[in-house]
Amino acid sequence: MRTWITHDVIDPAAVLAEVGAPEHGAAVLFLGTVRDHNEGRAVVSIRYEAYEAMAARVLAETAAEAAARVPGIRIAAVHRVGELRVGEVSLAVAVSSAHRAEAFDVARHLLEEIKRRLPVWKEEHYAEGDRRWLDGQTPPVPQEAGR
Amino acid sequence: MRVRLLLFAQYRDFAGTSELEVELPDGATAAALVEVLRSRGGGFERIPAAAAVAVNQEYVTPDTPLRDGDEVALIPPVAGG
Repeated sequence: MRTWITHDVIDPAAVLAEVGAPEHGAAVLFLGTVRDHNEGRAVVSIRYEAYEAMAARVLAETAAEAAARVPGIRIAAVHRVGELRVGEVSLAVAVSSAHRAEAFDVARHLLEEIKRRLPVWKEEHYAEGDRRWLDGQTPPVPQEAGR
Repeated sequence: MRVRLLLFAQYRDFAGTSELEVELPDGATAAALVEVLRSRGGGFERIPAAAAVAVNQEYVTPDTPLRDGDEVALIPPVAGG
């Protein structure tokens, strides 16, 4: 398992190369990319900001939890921060396993957990020149006091 | 006691700063810290009373007591991916 936060361009092939094994018959690669529109407005770029130390930790935790769902599965995940233009990759998740069903399932589950828990924010920059922090999801807090 | 506070994204924009030291009564909780900040005004009042809090890089409940030297972050609704 490998997870990391980067300021650099994500190379999807390099993320995919982190997974796979002779006994694996399936590898899934998901890429999140910057879209040129949102809620009816033309978007030129998105600035991703992270609480980097915590994001790295939460990304590792979510991937470890996902890996625990299927014995032998391999996972790699990377989130980019900084200003990204339309079409650039903000998130890559690769999962390999013996069979395709669990590779898809684990990749989907991990992706949703990343979106729910990772302390990352995005500010959309619009064609008209203004910008806005996007509404996000309230992260889950533990049920019991943690200390 | 003193804690190191980190602010991100829209909360940083509200407050006009990304990091500051905050003096609190011993035993103050995460929720109490948010209230202390909101009562400062100057933009801090725009941070929601129910803002999510992380202590030393882990999400905590509002009733979690803080300790001297903690790194406390207010976490706006997250939007990764």
